[in-house]
Amino acid sequence: MSGILLITEQNAGSWHRMSFEALGAALQLGTALNLPVHACILGSNVGPLAAEISAYPLAAVIALESGALAEYTADGATSALAWLVDQLQPDYVIAPHTYRARDFAPRLAARFGRSLLADVTGMRLDGPSPVFQRQLFQGKLTADYAFDSPAPNFVSVQAGSFRAVEPAAAGAPVESKTPPAAEIRQKPEPAFQEQGRAVDLTAAERIVAVGRGIREEGNLVLAQELAQALGAELGASRPICDNGWLPMERQVGSSGQTVAPKLYVAVGISGAIQHVVGMKGAACIVAINKDPAAPIFEIADYGIVADLFDAVPALTAALQSS
Amino acid sequence: MKILVAMKQVPARDSLLRAAPSGLWLDEADLGFEVNEPDAYALEAGLQLRERYGGEVVVATLGPDRAEPALRECLAKGADRAIHIAADSPESFDPLATARLLAAACAPEQPDLILTGLQSDDLGSGQTGVLLAELLGLPHATLVMAIDAENGTLRVKRELEGGWFQHLSMPAPAVLTIQSGISRLRYATLMGIKKARSKEIRRIDAASLGVTPAPGLRLLRLYPPQRAKQTQFLSGSPAQQAAALVDKLKFEARVL
Ligand SMILES: Cc1cc2nc3c(=O)[nH]c(=O)nc-3n(C[C@H](O)[C@H](O)[C@H](O)COP(=O)(O)OP(=O)(O)OC[C@H]3O[C@@H](n4cnc5c(N)ncnc54)[C@H](O)[C@@H]3O)c2cc1C
Ligand SMILES: Nc1ncnc2c1ncn2[C@@H]1O[C@H](COP(=O)(O)O)[C@@H](O)[C@H]1O
Repeated sequence: MSGILLITEQNAGSWHRMSFEALGAALQLGTALNLPVHACILGSNVGPLAAEISAYPLAAVIALESGALAEYTADGATSALAWLVDQLQPDYVIAPHTYRARDFAPRLAARFGRSLLADVTGMRLDGPSPVFQRQLFQGKLTADYAFDSPAPNFVSVQAGSFRAVEPAAAGAPVESKTPPAAEIRQKPEPAFQEQGRAVDLTAAERIVAVGRGIREEGNLVLAQELAQALGAELGASRPICDNGWLPMERQVGSSGQTVAPKLYVAVGISGAIQHVVGMKGAACIVAINKDPAAPIFEIADYGIVADLFDAVPALTAALQSS
Repeated sequence: MKILVAMKQVPARDSLLRAAPSGLWLDEADLGFEVNEPDAYALEAGLQLRERYGGEVVVATLGPDRAEPALRECLAKGADRAIHIAADSPESFDPLATARLLAAACAPEQPDLILTGLQSDDLGSGQTGVLLAELLGLPHATLVMAIDAENGTLRVKRELEGGWFQHLSMPAPAVLTIQSGISRLRYATLMGIKKARSKEIRRIDAASLGVTPAPGLRLLRLYPPQRAKQTQFLSGSPAQQAAALVDKLKFEARVL
């Protein structure tokens, strides 16, 4: 086949929402290059999901099913998908850049002697060939990339970069395929969450989030005072929770909470994508950072470029006196 | 237990990054470098496993000459020896080429466990460890936060999205990519720094490894990101900035 193979993600019969962003990216590339898009769903009993996604403008939907795929494993997913890629011979394979894709997609690409172009944020055509964008240096610079390698080439797309598309009721044909049995070395146990949460950041109307710019645990009080003056909950970037300065339940980002408050004040946070995916849905974003080039300013409504040790006490005082 | 830790030296966290005139890499003048933070956690995990099960911790890097102090730092923290795969512009290798060079240099060591960071702070491909596993025919797990290694079986705790976790078992040898926060990082002691001076750093010329670069990913150009939103920057003294912001939040954004 010449075309694009989209790898979707589901868990126990529910979609990972990024599947539809990756679908958007696959359709965008398909339109640009005039290539048909095939979508595949991996698992067991994925019939209902296959029927659902067949309403999108796809050339075909492939339900890649076996009992061994009921629970995700890196070995299981890699070998089933390698078998499918081998059969279909697509030009491009596109997956959402989820934690699961991080786990299997590089291995899948390597099986075809390719590097994965991971975490793509955009694409455009340069003559007949696509050029892809991704972030480098934790979002401080952007880079254009192209493939020098022949098909198949492998791409994963970053959260929030491509618009999810609407179904078009096209009624793509659904085909069920069973991959050959494979050796699976990983034995997964059921997923779990750590002990109950004392705060629910997702319900907070205002959040003051603090990052590594705060420097020391003792300085957290500055952010606490600001939060109090704003009637806000305290949130944090990952390094603050890694250090044990705040409990993990206050971590905002891809491995923590996804929040959408009315107001989000980011204090000494650089704005790495894994943090931003957890808070960019906030209605109003304020960033306080001494570095005018910090990526957080790409999504902030209001910015204060200053030393937080001056700016935060001043803001707290202004709120208290207003 | 023989543990190999893949460590990359990256531009220091707070440095001002400027693209070189070529647009293909950074202008490295005046740039500081440090151990990639997730790799510091991988080293810490390796040192703790050695403390529990005995054995040896070997650190390997693919990098230019400037990477040597980063290796010394790992030795000072307690690694037993180091391998420096020397290459002048390692940023020109794509992830698979990087992994091939690391695999070629590390395979003869026959480690029981290979640890990498989950992602480098510079290129951020997030895949070198997984590629190493594929090239060496080993099982792997990503985003690992805790490791047990009883009787040749690894049982790890891995991070899933949104605050979920999972345990996973697999046979050793294997490759694990380590997530930050696995444990507190140790500092190098004065004694450690002294001892590190006499520890071995074996230098291997990357070109001698017989890895022929295949066409793959090509970086075309580096440039500053474009803004998605028009940020209103507030100017003046801290007090003026604060007063202006409060005003905006009240009357423009109406969130107070
Ligand atoms: C798979 C994966 C999952 C992850 N999950 C998450 C997650 O859920 N949440 C999360 O937050 N991160 C997550 N991360 C980590 C993320 O990539 C970043 O490393 C992290 O968000 C950086 O935190 P930070 O902004 O606080 O620190 P830094 O990036 O170090 O930024 C500190 C900022 O403070 C500024 N600053 C320093 N001093 C001052 C001062 N005196 N005044 C004002 N500003 C100052 C600096 O200019 C800088 O911009 C994840 C990473 C990976 C790979
Ligand atoms: N040049 C290198 N030398 C040694 N280890 C590396 C190198 N590049 C990547 N790694 C390892 O692979 C991990 C993931 O890097 P990356 O795939 O670039 O995000 C890093 O955290 C390192 O442990």
